[in-house]
Amino acid sequence: MIVELGHFALILALAVAIVQTIVPLIGAQRGNALWMAVAQPAAMVQLLLVGLSFAALTYAFVMSDFSLRVVVANSHTLKPMLYKIAGTWGNHEGSLLLWVLILALFGACAAVFGDNLPATLRARVIAVQGSIGVAFLLFMLLTSNPFLRLDVPPMDGRDLNPLLQDPGLAFHPPFLYLGYVGLSMAFSFAVAALIEGRVDAAWGRWVRPWTLAAWIFLTIGIALGSWWAYYELGWGGFWFWDPVENASFMPWLFAAALLHSAIVVEKRESLKAWTVLLAILAFGFSLIGTFIVRSGVITSVHAFANDPERGVFILLILAVFTGGALMLFAARASVLEAKGVFSIISREGALITNNLLLAVSSLVVFVGTIWPLVAEIGWGAKLSVGEPFFNAAFTPFMVALAVILPVGSALAWKRGSIGRAVSGLWPVALLAVALGGLAFALQTGRSALGPIGVMLGAWVVFGAAADIWARTGREGFGARVGRLTRLPRADWGKAVAHAGLGVTIFAVAALNAWKIEDIRVVQEGDRFPLGGYEVVLNNVTQANGPNYTTTMAEMAVFRNGVPVTVLYPEKRFYPVQGMPTTEAAIDYGLFRDIYLVIGDPQEGGGWAVRSYIEPFANWLWGGALLMAIGGAISLSDRRYRIAAGARKAAAVPAE
Amino acid sequence: MIRLVLLWLCLAMPALAVQPDEVLPDAGLEARARALSRELRCVQCQSESIDDSNAAIARDLRILVRERLMAGETDAQVRAFLVERYGEFVLLNPPAQGLNWLLWLAGPAMLLAGGAIAVATTRRRKPDPDALTDLERLRLHELSGD
Repeated sequence: MIVELGHFALILALAVAIVQTIVPLIGAQRGNALWMAVAQPAAMVQLLLVGLSFAALTYAFVMSDFSLRVVVANSHTLKPMLYKIAGTWGNHEGSLLLWVLILALFGACAAVFGDNLPATLRARVIAVQGSIGVAFLLFMLLTSNPFLRLDVPPMDGRDLNPLLQDPGLAFHPPFLYLGYVGLSMAFSFAVAALIEGRVDAAWGRWVRPWTLAAWIFLTIGIALGSWWAYYELGWGGFWFWDPVENASFMPWLFAAALLHSAIVVEKRESLKAWTVLLAILAFGFSLIGTFIVRSGVITSVHAFANDPERGVFILLILAVFTGGALMLFAARASVLEAKGVFSIISREGALITNNLLLAVSSLVVFVGTIWPLVAEIGWGAKLSVGEPFFNAAFTPFMVALAVILPVGSALAWKRGSIGRAVSGLWPVALLAVALGGLAFALQTGRSALGPIGVMLGAWVVFGAAADIWARTGREGFGARVGRLTRLPRADWGKAVAHAGLGVTIFAVAALNAWKIEDIRVVQEGDRFPLGGYEVVLNNVTQANGPNYTTTMAEMAVFRNGVPVTVLYPEKRFYPVQGMPTTEAAIDYGLFRDIYLVIGDPQEGGGWAVRSYIEPFANWLWGGALLMAIGGAISLSDRRYRIAAGARKAAAVPAE
Repeated sequence: MIRLVLLWLCLAMPALAVQPDEVLPDAGLEARARALSRELRCVQCQSESIDDSNAAIARDLRILVRERLMAGETDAQVRAFLVERYGEFVLLNPPAQGLNWLLWLAGPAMLLAGGAIAVATTRRRKPDPDALTDLERLRLHELSGD
């Protein structure tokens, strides 16, 4: 019964979405306030209905209702509760429902927080948001309905893919979708502005927080996914340039470009057309990501729905929305007149360079991802594009970005001087080179990767520190320290996020350059060296978990004879899916992770053991977290709160 | 279904890609073998190198690469041998030749084109950024009182 209610709510949501799309658009075109006013209640009802539907599906998963096809395919009575709930979105149909739920959530947010928008703009934004809802609700109901029943329900389900039964991955999709779908707001604003024919500073001030929020979620989502790959897949890597990873990385890069160009719109009323284009592309690439993941057209280890019918449908959505918006852009972009004039050497110029590097690097990832497809369709060549290509083709852009970042952010608006911008950065450059030299002297190999990573990372991190210090003026030291706390949060957000990028760059280089790997057969009781440590395999035992059996090793780690830690790497077997997984045991540390994996028993006795020292691994997630925190600080800046306050003040009648 | 089985084969096995018995005693040769296997695709899997993959075929290929290296072949010879056997498909790093030049040049080309457009549009809206508008000049005139 509850399932039927959920199904019905979903169909009703489609009807509401159609109304939400058509009525406010016509109202805005004709200047009919009543028709425009339909937008807000429609968006709220939409959220309510999709929310009900989602709750119904979650209920079915929690209660293990095996008359539902998706529950049978992805759940099991013995599965822990967390994964029963996470199972709701751990499959194609359920994750789409989550997608639509978040879409409705953002639509409702625009309805609730949009009081200070011009009435026509708000009506159009909510209508465009509604139209995306129509497309995805249709997609769900026609090709991927989660509420389909089975005629004969089985006694138990087929369980969730054990690799996905993990806390990191339980929360990875919601964050990722908050990011993907958050970009739909930027898209809706862009399309509404094109229809309206008007982009001004207020528009920029509106688009930026949404983009920032979406980017923060994407950052966290990608970091969670990468962290999961690191500890769950068991070979110590964190990024594989897999098509599905690329699918999330492309919109992230575009969103990063967009949130920088929106600053120019907001502060200087320049780069309007480009910002609108970026907003369309950022969401377009979210849709492309969805297409890549769901269609299985570019096969990848992640693809969990390989269904051509679905692929064609998403391609259609992609064509209608991105193609339509781009056509609208081509027809209307000339209306968006830029006001601010600037010379090439200026903050605007630096932000354009940032945008260029981010957008082109994203397109490089895109071309690399679809190249096998293009080659096969175009000239029948079967070829592969993998990690070595992306490392070579993508990295230079990030290096360039890191090199110009501190200089660019020190340039003045309108017309700057490189000499003046660089003058405050000499100590930073010296420090960076010194640290790079130190790294070169300390390391054993001759690889340049590590020292260069240290240098670039230090340049960006200390550059961010120098930037915020420069904001405190020219008075005495004490006065400047005092002023630090009173700087706008946007300045702090900028510094923290940029420092996060520097930390991430450093960590990526350090991990790739200084990782230590050891593969060997170990007998119980054996001791072997690993970096500066010794590891002892104490014993290997068998045990049972809630829905798996496990082979668990006890391994003690020593440094100079002093015990450091005892780790328990596992090899699990999930009988329902007949699938083994590795659970690496990791001792997390500030400067290194000790990462141990137990493998198969060997014929001549003993166990295959893989061990790694992963230098500065935590700095990678830490860097990503810093970027997200920086974004959040920036999001809490006064100018966005003031806008909210102004709304409240307006609501109180004057005395 | 086949895809599912493949996925299962490649991803699902306990992640012990390179087995201890494969490792060559000569550290230099082993390092070359590892570097090579990171550039070679596990032909059965979806986007994994033979170095990462747990599929049986990946193991066979890793052993094959090591045998060839032991026999004194250069990296290029090993690569050529595998391409002959499995086609270009086996290379994760598509060689810059033929139409693949487009792939390799896409990034620099887009950067140049984008940069040129950006410079051109910035230059086009020329008026000196610091010049006063007529209105400002008039106002200045009034303020200065002459």
